[in-house]
Amino acid sequence: MTQVSMTVNGKAVSGDAEGRTLLVQFLRETLNLTGTHVGCDTSQCGACVVHVNGKAVKSCAIFAAEVEGAEVTTIEGMANADGSLSKVQQAFQDHHGLQCGFCTPGMVMSATALLGENPNPSEAEIRAYLEGNICRCTGYHNIVKSIMAAAGQDTSKIAAE
Amino acid sequence: MPKDGGIGAATPRREDVRFLTGNGKYTDDINVRGQAYVHFLRSDIAHAKINGIDTSEAEKMDGVIRVFTGADFEAVGSIPCGWQVTDRHGEAMQEPRHPVLAHGKVRHVGDPICAIVAETYEAARDAAEAIDLDLEELPAVVDMKEAVKDGAPKVHDELTSNLCYDWGFVEDNRAAVDEAIKNAHHVTTLELVNNRLVANPMEPRVAVGDYDRSDEEHTLYTTSQNPHVIRLLMGAFVLGIPEHKLRVVAPDVGGGFGTKIFHYAEEAFVTFAAKELNRPVKWTASRSEAFMSDAHGRDHITKIELALDKDNNFTALRTETYANMGAYLSTFAPSVPTWLHGTLMAGNYKTPLIYVNVKAVFTNTVPVDAYRGAGRPEATFQLERVVDKAARELGVDPIALRRQNFITEFPYATPVAVEYDTGDYNATMDKLTEIADLSGFEARRKESEARGKLRGLGLNCYIEACGIAPSNLVGQLGARAGLYDAATVRVNATGSISVMVGAHSHGQGHETAFPQVVADMIGIDASQIDIVHGDTARTPFGMGTYGSRSLAVCGSAMVKATEKIINKAKKIAAHLLEASDEDIELADGQFTVAGTDKSVAWGDVTLAAYVPHNYPLEDIEPGLEETAFYDPANFTYPSGAYACEVEVDPDTGKVTIERFAAADDFGNIINPMIVSGQVHGGLAQGIGQALLENCAYDEDGQILSASYMDYAMPRADDVPFYSVDHSCQTPCTHNPLGVKGCGEAGAIGSPPSVVNAVLDALNAAGHDVPHLDMPLTPSKVWDAMNKGA
Repeated sequence: MTQVSMTVNGKAVSGDAEGRTLLVQFLRETLNLTGTHVGCDTSQCGACVVHVNGKAVKSCAIFAAEVEGAEVTTIEGMANADGSLSKVQQAFQDHHGLQCGFCTPGMVMSATALLGENPNPSEAEIRAYLEGNICRCTGYHNIVKSIMAAAGQDTSKIAAE
Repeated sequence: MPKDGGIGAATPRREDVRFLTGNGKYTDDINVRGQAYVHFLRSDIAHAKINGIDTSEAEKMDGVIRVFTGADFEAVGSIPCGWQVTDRHGEAMQEPRHPVLAHGKVRHVGDPICAIVAETYEAARDAAEAIDLDLEELPAVVDMKEAVKDGAPKVHDELTSNLCYDWGFVEDNRAAVDEAIKNAHHVTTLELVNNRLVANPMEPRVAVGDYDRSDEEHTLYTTSQNPHVIRLLMGAFVLGIPEHKLRVVAPDVGGGFGTKIFHYAEEAFVTFAAKELNRPVKWTASRSEAFMSDAHGRDHITKIELALDKDNNFTALRTETYANMGAYLSTFAPSVPTWLHGTLMAGNYKTPLIYVNVKAVFTNTVPVDAYRGAGRPEATFQLERVVDKAARELGVDPIALRRQNFITEFPYATPVAVEYDTGDYNATMDKLTEIADLSGFEARRKESEARGKLRGLGLNCYIEACGIAPSNLVGQLGARAGLYDAATVRVNATGSISVMVGAHSHGQGHETAFPQVVADMIGIDASQIDIVHGDTARTPFGMGTYGSRSLAVCGSAMVKATEKIINKAKKIAAHLLEASDEDIELADGQFTVAGTDKSVAWGDVTLAAYVPHNYPLEDIEPGLEETAFYDPANFTYPSGAYACEVEVDPDTGKVTIERFAAADDFGNIINPMIVSGQVHGGLAQGIGQALLENCAYDEDGQILSASYMDYAMPRADDVPFYSVDHSCQTPCTHNPLGVKGCGEAGAIGSPPSVVNAVLDALNAAGHDVPHLDMPLTPSKVWDAMNKGA
């Protein structure tokens, strides 16, 4: 066991971690931040995406000890300071971009990272960026639509529904 | 209508806020003080005799509490099957024992052999590697047709063969169907595979067992679509725990798609071990474990023959299907290829003579059970493929051939024992023609050709049976449970309402849609109404969520209970207004004496019910809480027409979905936004089945696709925006909401469209390809173009 320290959602935290402790385990089990989910064991599904120093990272594919000293943001830290939903979160609710909610934290984290890198992505760019986030409920239609809306795009012309 | 949304409003979902902020509470988020962790050591061999298990080294390791084996469960019941099918000779199906932990033999890769309980998952996993297993490998059976041959290795030594049942439906029609096919003007024959799939809800299964010695009560937290069903099956049949000493909680559940209906061995294990060890015990499946232990779906091999007369009317249909059960009978497995499949073989067509034969087969593979659509996708796929093939063989327009044979008068009793109450198949086909812009297809095909791509158009119709199900009927058909549902409407003193329901929401948005109904009936804001679900201690005995049944069955119970509430509230209002009960009207949350301006508000009536100072105590009880159980009179029959346009890259064989349109008839709609979302998700699963997904085994029974590295889940860039419409509405005639159910339609209706479209693209380009089995991978399509089908 070693002590690891980092900043999570703006707060300094520290805790014990084995060398093999993954960041997602540290977040879920040590810090009780259970919004970050584990949906696979091969780093494919993206339910565990968090931001490390502003970059989207799969927290199942990095050891807790590797992010010593880093700034980590999880889904619990995404709402606005006044507690209202962020633009991306609000767009997901407005456009029914989630169903069971399990992949949703990872989707929101990836979508937020995408819009940080590319504020006005095309449909194709959004779909390509989500390659590492699997959703089994929505068929992606309303996720893509939510991200387009969060980017300020007009989604009224998307295929009739 | 209430201002924040009654029936028909596209109300945003209230449950979204907790999911979007990381505040959802899934089973893996539950930790019980003092809990231990269990890891299952599973077989990596498909079929073997267990000669010995040495756990002595493992039990000495740090953090290990105890290692359980099959011997610890000899006195415990078998994991039960909930449906007994009777074969075509009147004999009961063969039903093997399904132990909690393998005993004597292992029968599939993933069969649990040992359960290691330790202080941490890591300690349990480390200890698993120290267990010495002496497994004597036996020949495995994987191929269904091989499995039923004389001399094939038997999955269960105590059974006479690997044939679970040989079912004929309707057996009395068999000779007439044979005769009609023999004498037909034209017969189109097709042999096809409905590929094995893995449901893959994004949340893997989790179970936490807890035992309270003070009141001798067990609690199981589990990822279930139907906690009452789990309590019934596990309590009564496996562990012998009476219902009042067993609580099952299914909190937020991250998708189900059928595979979380069933009672699994891991649930029984943690419940058993928590008492045995006097410690809570937690199990969290890895995804790889899910691939080897969640019940799989589909996996049929079918030969279908469609007979037509000289005018292209369908005259008879005959099918022979082999249906894989896997190594054990999962909860509803026997019903899927029979009553959820054979009864749908009429589809949308007035074929007068139908005979369905199904041979259910045990193999050394993971058990197979209901997956989104369950039997109905298999029926739809074979029927809509054979109709398309017939159109091609006869040189007729596939839409015209379908329309010519549509059922147009309702109610319609099919030759496969069900009665469709309502439908309008021409209306959904008309709507499809419009939203899919079928008239623009040829221009789009030319445009694709100009870019060197092959374009194809495929379509299909579907019918499904939802709202499962009338209990007396399914009882005759072999169900070992009733299939009603229940709701309790508890009105609080200040007028807010808690509705406790037997249905379970794991993505379907019940917490938003169900209050819309109650709000509409009473005329108050939906925000005053909360839905409680997923806990046997807090909800009435309902059968849960599957088969697109929640609104049609549980929603109907909720309507009935709300009607009782309104009737009682009117009596209280009549007393307060000094009027007669019959003169009281309820609108917009106000009780009014008809024809007067005398009124009393909802909240005043509810307060009077709980503070009964001025109250007709001699006539009615205080309080305002009512329960209703609803048992449906019939199935519901959603239907629709779907169209898919694909492009095929002739150089690589890669198929891309360019357009997909779905015109559905779900009867009345409560929340159109949620309905569209349900269809979208179903379409992606159907497209996944058609193009990407396949659960593959090698001939030794080794599962080849046990992770997302090998099992191709649809990603965002595999699918387009869909065009969906549900404006064609023929309301169900036998439930109070007129609703039919929408959860499975997309997955049922989409695979044949995709395959028909790819075949259209290939044939239009001069490749004579009568059929390809799913998934239509690039290599399969390329081979069809370059080597022949």
